[in-house]
Amino acid sequence: MKIAVLSGKGGTGKTLVAVNLAAVAGQALYLDCDVEEPNGHLFFKPTDVKVKDTVIKIPSVDDGLCTGCRICVDFCQFNALAYIIDHLQIFDQICHSCGGCALLCPEKAIVEKNKIIGHIEAGISGKVSVRSGFLNTGEASGVPIIRDLLDSVDLDQQKLVFIDCPPGSACIVMESIRDVDYCLLVAEPTIFGVHNLNLVYNLVKLFNKPFGVILNKCLAGEENPAEKFCLEKKIPILGRIAFDAELGTINSDADIAARVSKKYQEQFTSLLTKVLMEAENEAVISS
Amino acid sequence: MKIALPVDEKNIDTTVCPSFGRAPYFLIYDTESNDYLFYDNQAASSQGGAGIKAAQSLLDNQVSFLLTPRCGENAAQVLNTGGVKLYKTISESAMENINAFNDGKLLLLNEIHPGFHRRGGAGSI
Amino acid sequence: MKQLLVLSGKGGTGKTTVASAFIRLSEARAFADCDVDAPNLHLVMEQRAKAEKSDYYGLPKAELNPELCTQCSLCIEHCRFDALISGREFKIDPYACEGCGVCEAICPVKAISLKPAVAGELILYRNGGKVFSTAQLKMGSGTTGMLVSEVKKQMKEAAGDTSFAIIDGSPGIGCPVIASLSGVDLVLIVTEPSVSGISDMERIIQTAANFHTSIAVCTNKHDTNLANSIRIEDYCRRNDLFFAGQIPFDPLAVKAVNSGKTIVDLDCPSGRAVKGIYNKVMALLLADEGGAA
Repeated sequence: MKIAVLSGKGGTGKTLVAVNLAAVAGQALYLDCDVEEPNGHLFFKPTDVKVKDTVIKIPSVDDGLCTGCRICVDFCQFNALAYIIDHLQIFDQICHSCGGCALLCPEKAIVEKNKIIGHIEAGISGKVSVRSGFLNTGEASGVPIIRDLLDSVDLDQQKLVFIDCPPGSACIVMESIRDVDYCLLVAEPTIFGVHNLNLVYNLVKLFNKPFGVILNKCLAGEENPAEKFCLEKKIPILGRIAFDAELGTINSDADIAARVSKKYQEQFTSLLTKVLMEAENEAVISS
Repeated sequence: MKIALPVDEKNIDTTVCPSFGRAPYFLIYDTESNDYLFYDNQAASSQGGAGIKAAQSLLDNQVSFLLTPRCGENAAQVLNTGGVKLYKTISESAMENINAFNDGKLLLLNEIHPGFHRRGGAGSI
Repeated sequence: MKQLLVLSGKGGTGKTTVASAFIRLSEARAFADCDVDAPNLHLVMEQRAKAEKSDYYGLPKAELNPELCTQCSLCIEHCRFDALISGREFKIDPYACEGCGVCEAICPVKAISLKPAVAGELILYRNGGKVFSTAQLKMGSGTTGMLVSEVKKQMKEAAGDTSFAIIDGSPGIGCPVIASLSGVDLVLIVTEPSVSGISDMERIIQTAANFHTSIAVCTNKHDTNLANSIRIEDYCRRNDLFFAGQIPFDPLAVKAVNSGKTIVDLDCPSGRAVKGIYNKVMALLLADEGGAA
């Protein structure tokens, strides 16, 4: 069972939920796909860490073979190539690694070289396997790292996988939820939260993923715009986490609440049961 | 000697365009014959790397000098490698800048700004 | 026109809350929301002006004509983005398609061509000399960075004569953030005193440093973890970054935002604190003669 945890808005509690559910699950795999700003490893503090670089292909030219025909310059949709006087100039940072220039060069003067854009780390924390992706600063897209992360282990062989997603709803989020069985949306009770929840709600519907919501930072006696949204759209609410300064402090110190507090161990265990039941039901319905 | 300027319109009274890579047109002025021509900037609607494509077009037109208010680092790299010198414009009028250049009043353009990094897409970058 | 960009690295630290307060206090005549993926600024800016919308074309997308297609599979073999799907009829996945043109070039029967594709909407509000530029990326689109550049360009072109603009940025460090950093004079990083917040702050600072812009930092919800708040101040001191101040955790801030107001529209602790930060940051922005053009 592969479960993605996403939210649209940042700071609603994706990592809080993904990390704590994985921690109470017994054996589980936690994947941090927020490769721009990964945080899960700060909580799990995994040991036995193995590192693997993620590379993308960037063209490089053999000036001896290049005849200056400019087929590559004219082809490149991204304008990453310029032919200046007698030399082909390649702009690495604009290149999208499509391989077209190397493919089309009639002299076979262009070959592709590897460029490191980040890395993935795999380690253990208790019974949880922890894998995180890290994008190097200055690089524009983490999509290849997310791909590497998702390919680094046979996900279908895993009993339970939690995928901690990036905020937003753009290409990096789509890449993270591509193969999951169920999407858990974490919402906060603010109009910003609801506005972004709506975006990610549309995204999971577009991708035909079954989904449910966890309401976080709930304030007793206060109107909750996120709850209202879920009731209007008939989205299943799987749990409510109360706003609690103690939880905030534990979390801000990068401690896993379910591991340091009995109250939270119980709460997340019962939440996990609810989530798994719902996810398994949906899997049966859609199969 | 050929000078190029990014311009807003295809007539000699035109103003200089604030952007180099996405200027709608380029004016090429020959300082020896006083002939000039305009051409459409194919890079203006580019998804990305507009400065590079625009710079390439200047090289292809054998331009020796570019008069512009600003220039991005990728375009500057193409131009510098191609031997084109960059001068900073001092007013909005294309003709005023050409005259100022001929009188030796223009200074070299030293502030090169980072590219706008117009990138994106669902796949690997 | 000087540009102030509000970033955070980590999501949810309070960029929009702080940016909107700055816009209100300065009565800014040019401001923009560059979080085009999940824009929020309009929710607290009380826009009564009519929205001027225009289509935003991202990268072109490949389209396949099944009547010409001979299913030779050369396109599938060469597509780096898994955008070609085989089957009874070959199809292109528009969400995966990068618009690179390899399939179009390689198809022996010209069954594939690149066509322009609408990837979102640019939105401009003009009201009594003020301009507010924003956008909404279409669900499932890429090219976020390019749309961000369009939002900034739209703001600059519509803005009249004004000495500064305030830009609400997006979380993360990737292409939309990089695109928003271009041409900015001062970046204000809003962080929170958590281990995650600090880690993310360090990464966004590294990213911004590549652009040679000035950097200021402020800590939101600082009293939720005083030890970490001190760590943030120390980090700024050690790295020669301007520490602009701190804002206490304030339940009234949530109330303000939920009623579509900024934290300086009512009297509350966070509003009072942000005023102090505002004074220092704006002095830095308008005094700064250097920075990117």
